[in-house]
Amino acid sequence: MSDSGALDELYKQVILDHYRSPRNRGELSAPAVRAVGHNPLCGDEVIVSLVIDNDQMITDIMVSGSGCSISQSAASMMSVAVKGQTASAARETTRAFKEMMSVHEDSLETDNSNRSNIESAAPGHHLGDLEALRGVVKFPVRIKCALLSWNTLLEAIDSAGNSDL
Amino acid sequence: MSSHTAKQIAAQQATFRQLVDVATIREDFPILHQRAGGDRLIYLDSGASSQKPTQVIEAMDSYYRTTHSNVHRGVYSIAATATELYEQSRRKIARFFNAKQEETVFTKNATEAINLVAYSWGRSNLGPGDVIVLTPMEHHANLVPWMIVAEQTGATIRHLDLTPEGQLRTDNLQAKLQGAKLFAFCGASNVLGTINPVKQLVARARSQGITTLVDMAQWAPHMPMDFADLGADFMAVTGHKMLGPTGIGVLLGRQELLDSMPPFLGGGDMIADVQLTNFTPTSLPVKFEAGTPPIAEAIGLGAAIDYLQDIGMDPVREHERTLTAYALQGLQSRFGDTITIHGPLDADKRGGTVSFSLQDIHPHDVSQVLDHHNVCVRAGHHCAKPLMRILGETATARASFHIYNDTDDVDALCNALDETVKYFGRQK
Repeated sequence: MSDSGALDELYKQVILDHYRSPRNRGELSAPAVRAVGHNPLCGDEVIVSLVIDNDQMITDIMVSGSGCSISQSAASMMSVAVKGQTASAARETTRAFKEMMSVHEDSLETDNSNRSNIESAAPGHHLGDLEALRGVVKFPVRIKCALLSWNTLLEAIDSAGNSDL
Repeated sequence: MSSHTAKQIAAQQATFRQLVDVATIREDFPILHQRAGGDRLIYLDSGASSQKPTQVIEAMDSYYRTTHSNVHRGVYSIAATATELYEQSRRKIARFFNAKQEETVFTKNATEAINLVAYSWGRSNLGPGDVIVLTPMEHHANLVPWMIVAEQTGATIRHLDLTPEGQLRTDNLQAKLQGAKLFAFCGASNVLGTINPVKQLVARARSQGITTLVDMAQWAPHMPMDFADLGADFMAVTGHKMLGPTGIGVLLGRQELLDSMPPFLGGGDMIADVQLTNFTPTSLPVKFEAGTPPIAEAIGLGAAIDYLQDIGMDPVREHERTLTAYALQGLQSRFGDTITIHGPLDADKRGGTVSFSLQDIHPHDVSQVLDHHNVCVRAGHHCAKPLMRILGETATARASFHIYNDTDDVDALCNALDETVKYFGRQK
């Protein structure tokens, strides 16, 4: 391929790894709560099921569904990131991730300052593998793919009765 | 690839160049001159919307620059000219489709045309227990309005069956149409490419006293279309898929039917008289055109019709049939078992719409890598979710052709798909 640089920005090794070998794949049965997210424009689907204990801890989470490499790998990475977090910490991680998705391609300076904002705004939240999805902002149409599982996560948390926004 | 196959392909390419001079046609489409980093745009999404020749762009531009005015209203000269240009477009379109002017109603698009029939004809002709017959290959535009009207009127919906090849089953047609009041179907599928036997299906329905509506959105841009001859009660067409601008479509409807129908939208222009508490609608076709119409767009569509007329719809069809045959052969020979092509594999039975799935690579990702090579294809459910479920897919990729595409474009598609397979294979 002549120059796959731009594509490599999007399809980082970590992303393809999560796509090929998704973590926490499956569905939890009751008493887990379940939320289904669709991207109506393209057919991506993510199903999030999770268990939140009395201390507001997400003790277990699984994801299933079908869709493109970005939506499914983001779902896998999301599940790893929030498993073991409290509901409010998971909401914070979601906010941090969404902030990362809103960075525009023509502001690399903002990119760096946002990075420090993210780290300081969410201490103890390691974006870790999620950093690999940073490249998605250069492909705005795919941002919805990356966000799908996070929005579905929020729905699942909401339906578990935790709304400490 | 065997030399025999290579010879066949070379022969096809030679025949192809005689049909329609694509290189010259491309000169008329400014967007196709675009050089994105040295490569030209390979636009294979005309099924979603077609590109526009300068003749269409200039017709609209010139209208706005020299003679824009509201139509049907003014006495002054530019108003008269605007009205004349607008009605001239209508005449052109009516002639192009062999319909009367009274039968040629401007709408926003094909979706609105179908909604017009659903609300205006449907609500006053359908009641509890009446049956609307549809097909599973329909675009949402020819499904949803009927669901809405069915719920409002108490009518029920029945569907024809599809064959494994993606055509409509006709062996049980009599039973399926039994007792129905309306039969609505597409002339050509925007996913499968299937060309349906419109004239025969309409004739069968009419013989059973059933009103027919045919969604010709994917037919009109690509094949000759004779409203009078095909015999349907209603036909829906959209301008932007046939080299015209967005925001303009056409409903063709038999005059007696349209005369019997109540107005769709109410407002200015569609009235003969308005009192404080009642109104009288005006005559056809303006009875169904409330408010200021998309004047520039109608003029643009007239220019698009001129453009297509110059080429001739038979050469247009033959060009796309040959190109589609080339594409089907190319995709199958290069990708074999790793590609699933939906719809009929015989180019005589389908239009230039090719939906496909590459093994293990999601259509989004296919579309993304193709974009990197300036090849534009659509990925998604194509506004045909029921059909997607039947095909067992949540999404497919789709390449669709028009008059400005040629075998080089198909070669570029196949090469880019090759690169896609390599790219994702490499990442393993």
